[in-house]
Amino acid sequence: MAEFLWKTIGHHFNFWVYIVLLMLGLWATIAKNNLVKKLMGLSIFQSAIILLYVSIGTKEGATIPILDHHGHIPSESHHADVGPEIAAHGVANPLPHVLMLTAIVVGVATLGVALSLVQAIYRDFGTVEEDELLREIKSLHPDG
Amino acid sequence: MADQFPAILVLAPLFGALLLGLVGDRDHRLCLPVVAASLGTSLYAAVGLLRRVLAEGPVNYFLGGWEEPLGIGIVLRADSMNTPVLVLVAAVALLVACFSRRPAGARDSEKSPQYYTLFLLLCTALFGITITADAFNLFVLVEVSALSSYGLVAIGSSRRCKIAALNYLIMGTVGASFYLLGTGYLYLSVGSLSMPDIQTILASNEAAASSRAVRTAFVLMLVGIWIKMAFFPLYGWLPNAYSYCPSATSSLLAPLMTKVSVYVMVRVMTGVFGLDWIFGHLGWNHLVVWFAVVAILAGSILALAQRELKKMLCYLIVAEVGYMVGGAWLGDAGSWGLTGALYHILADGLMTLTLFLAAGIFAKRLGAIEIGDLSGLFRKMPLVSVGFVVAGLAMIGVPPTCGFFSKFYLIRGGIESGQWGYVVALLVSSLVNAVLFFRIFEIAHFGKNPPEGHAHHGESEGEGHEAAIARVAVPAHALAPLLLAAAGIVLLGVFNGPVVDFLRESLPAASAAAPAP
Repeated sequence: MAEFLWKTIGHHFNFWVYIVLLMLGLWATIAKNNLVKKLMGLSIFQSAIILLYVSIGTKEGATIPILDHHGHIPSESHHADVGPEIAAHGVANPLPHVLMLTAIVVGVATLGVALSLVQAIYRDFGTVEEDELLREIKSLHPDG
Repeated sequence: MADQFPAILVLAPLFGALLLGLVGDRDHRLCLPVVAASLGTSLYAAVGLLRRVLAEGPVNYFLGGWEEPLGIGIVLRADSMNTPVLVLVAAVALLVACFSRRPAGARDSEKSPQYYTLFLLLCTALFGITITADAFNLFVLVEVSALSSYGLVAIGSSRRCKIAALNYLIMGTVGASFYLLGTGYLYLSVGSLSMPDIQTILASNEAAASSRAVRTAFVLMLVGIWIKMAFFPLYGWLPNAYSYCPSATSSLLAPLMTKVSVYVMVRVMTGVFGLDWIFGHLGWNHLVVWFAVVAILAGSILALAQRELKKMLCYLIVAEVGYMVGGAWLGDAGSWGLTGALYHILADGLMTLTLFLAAGIFAKRLGAIEIGDLSGLFRKMPLVSVGFVVAGLAMIGVPPTCGFFSKFYLIRGGIESGQWGYVVALLVSSLVNAVLFFRIFEIAHFGKNPPEGHAHHGESEGEGHEAAIARVAVPAHALAPLLLAAAGIVLLGVFNGPVVDFLRESLPAASAAAPAP
């Protein structure tokens, strides 16, 4: 049993965490009544995806993909004679990490816009609870 | 110069936006010239690109000279599928910029530099979405366009537009995140983000093509795009966001956002996964076409239930999105459904633009929000009415407007693939549109005189008309875009043959089939 758990969860620990976070975030986005909590859920949802991407890029025992002036990986001097192509298994894939830098920026911008909207809503309606907002709107437009 | 058109197209509005952000606050009169200049440059580049693609075929552009598939370059690709969409985006944006001359954030004009900055950023992103050949850049640009449109919706003066914008933001972000997640699964399976590269790998690598991860990727990407395009039942954000925002915003977003998302879906289907994979490995076309049937019928029925003009138009968009999704998924041998969907992107863009511009003019000049307020419209605004009627007839599908021809191609695809439910849904939707628009025409022509004090501030030029119905003056900057868009509807319909031939050049299955009638 312990071995089974280790095989299914331990080896893919990042991916299990990502799924749990993803579902948690989506649930909060849909089910929470408070707008700020909804946005927290949305942020968790986005972060889960970032975790997935970052996990794709890593390799066990790999180093950072930076080459010195001779095209070698500085820390792995014993690869000096084989060149960077052969050493590819020893370095992490930088592309997903670079992509996630962009995605993090997008997420921050989205959260910023969303929080300023929530602020504007609070100024106009005096509440950030969804049910109270709906009641307020209903009282403004009784027919719809 | 001509070699650089793909970059100029995307960068002109971006630099315009930066310039406005820097100097717009000093003098508000700078806003419109900057917007017009940058969008004019984009339109020029888009038309130039269209002519180049017509002459030479697809154009690849490697920003900074980084050729694919290194994975770090930004590749722009113009072919016969996306250049018409680029021209549409540029033309619509320019017309709306002209329409929005003074207005921006409705009551407070001190926001206009910010408004136009967002306007230009939105255009940049839409050009980028349409021309990019990289699955991840597509996500970033989709988010740039979405963030600008949240701002454009929220800038309105109504209290409800903030809530509508937040709803739009939450659904839009979930949609984009689904797309990003799907891209991650795809990258995990094929190890590339370049669209043509992914397609080559999927076509040659049977193990990757039949893997569950690729299917999951496709479903996640598709659901994400469906949220963005308001495909029923994922349309919840659209009606409020488009009806409570300023009219200039709605006339920009309504024709472009959903249509560009439909283009993205077609691009992902044909350019990333490939039609062979979708109709061969997946084989879900019947299911999706039935989804589309439900979307068309639900959108039409919900439109019938609306009393506000803009809300009604919003639900019609939901129905029209159903047309395009259904058409793209018909999977008939001659790709007529896909052709119809691509043609309908252009047609629906122009129709929606005309209708929303007209609705904006009605709201501003007549104070008419509800359909019942439009009585005597034909006498009050004869020229605006011409544009509105042309667009209405196009929505119904009366020849020679483009609405007729897009329905013709879609129905042809439906018949050839044997999807009778889809054909019936299209016809029912045309009937519902006829009911909707003839109801409006009836009120506009025969309706009773409006109650006293109902916006008679226009100059009276009525000669020979009853005194009670005075003409309402419409300024040229609002009228001209409307009439140009209406003329575009007719022209696109009359010249449907060459347009369709051009669109079909990019469809793999279609190039072998018979040419357009």
